[in-house]
Amino acid sequence: MDITALDKKIISMLQGDLPLNPEPFEKIALKTGLSTDELLLKIEEYKKKGVMRRLGAVLYHQNAGYRANAMCGWVVPEERIEEVGMIMACFKEASHVYQRPTYPDWPYNLFTMLHGKSSHDIEQAAKNISVKTRITSYTILYSTREFKKTSMKYF
Amino acid sequence: MTLDSNSFNLSETDRKLLNIAQTRFPLNTRPYASIGDHLALSEEEIITRISKLKENRIIRRIGGIFDAQKLGFKTTLVALKVNEESIDTVANKINRHPGVTHNYQRQHEFNLWFTLITASEEEMQNTLNSIKTLPGVIKLRNLPALKQFKINVNFDMTKE
Repeated sequence: MDITALDKKIISMLQGDLPLNPEPFEKIALKTGLSTDELLLKIEEYKKKGVMRRLGAVLYHQNAGYRANAMCGWVVPEERIEEVGMIMACFKEASHVYQRPTYPDWPYNLFTMLHGKSSHDIEQAAKNISVKTRITSYTILYSTREFKKTSMKYF
Repeated sequence: MTLDSNSFNLSETDRKLLNIAQTRFPLNTRPYASIGDHLALSEEEIITRISKLKENRIIRRIGGIFDAQKLGFKTTLVALKVNEESIDTVANKINRHPGVTHNYQRQHEFNLWFTLITASEEEMQNTLNSIKTLPGVIKLRNLPALKQFKINVNFDMTKE
């Protein structure tokens, strides 16, 4: 999608926090010179084109009870990557599933981010994924310290 | 059901609200009123509850979550092996870059992991090169996504 100057203006207002008054989109529309309906159509377009994945609440998930968050690396035979990636995507505990490059000291080619209430949830989810995919070589890296977590300011 | 803002317990209603707000935020002229319709609450009550949830750091923000690559940006995940004594200093220096959105210490030989978003490939390479040479950094492994199978961040607040 061609991102125009108007799109950048709209995105700069949507990338933060929506106003907490009864008509939040009207507020934003006024600032961008659009009618509320035009703005809502733009938002639909962003969603349809995949420019915006969703519009909604972003949580402090640790405070909301999801205290265990781990990055899992999996060693998957090249010819099974597609199949295994799709199976892993079906697990609700997995928020992200990506294929990434490997190095001699980092052989894990598939990544899953797992979230749960406790580390037990994580271990169990990883075990379930391992059983379903028949991938037995994996590592679980818990985050021990959060140095930074922000939303990106694109424009 | 009331919000107890001292110990901050989430009521059943708050939990339902959080689920709706994450995955089915209404895209119409009065979204908070619409959420209220789903929960048999007034628009004002919904606005009050959301305000409290933000104050109590349950909701970070309500807004658009964009696909960096579709917007023309370059993205990657980086694994670093850093001297334990230097980890704070290194992490803080890395954090200064506005394109670093997540930065975590993890239990592994590669003990510092961060995501990086840049406007161009050149900026990406320059940034990685400058991080690689920071005092305390032993190894850097650049791990850009080759394929994305899933990205869906949604915390179910109502299941046990």
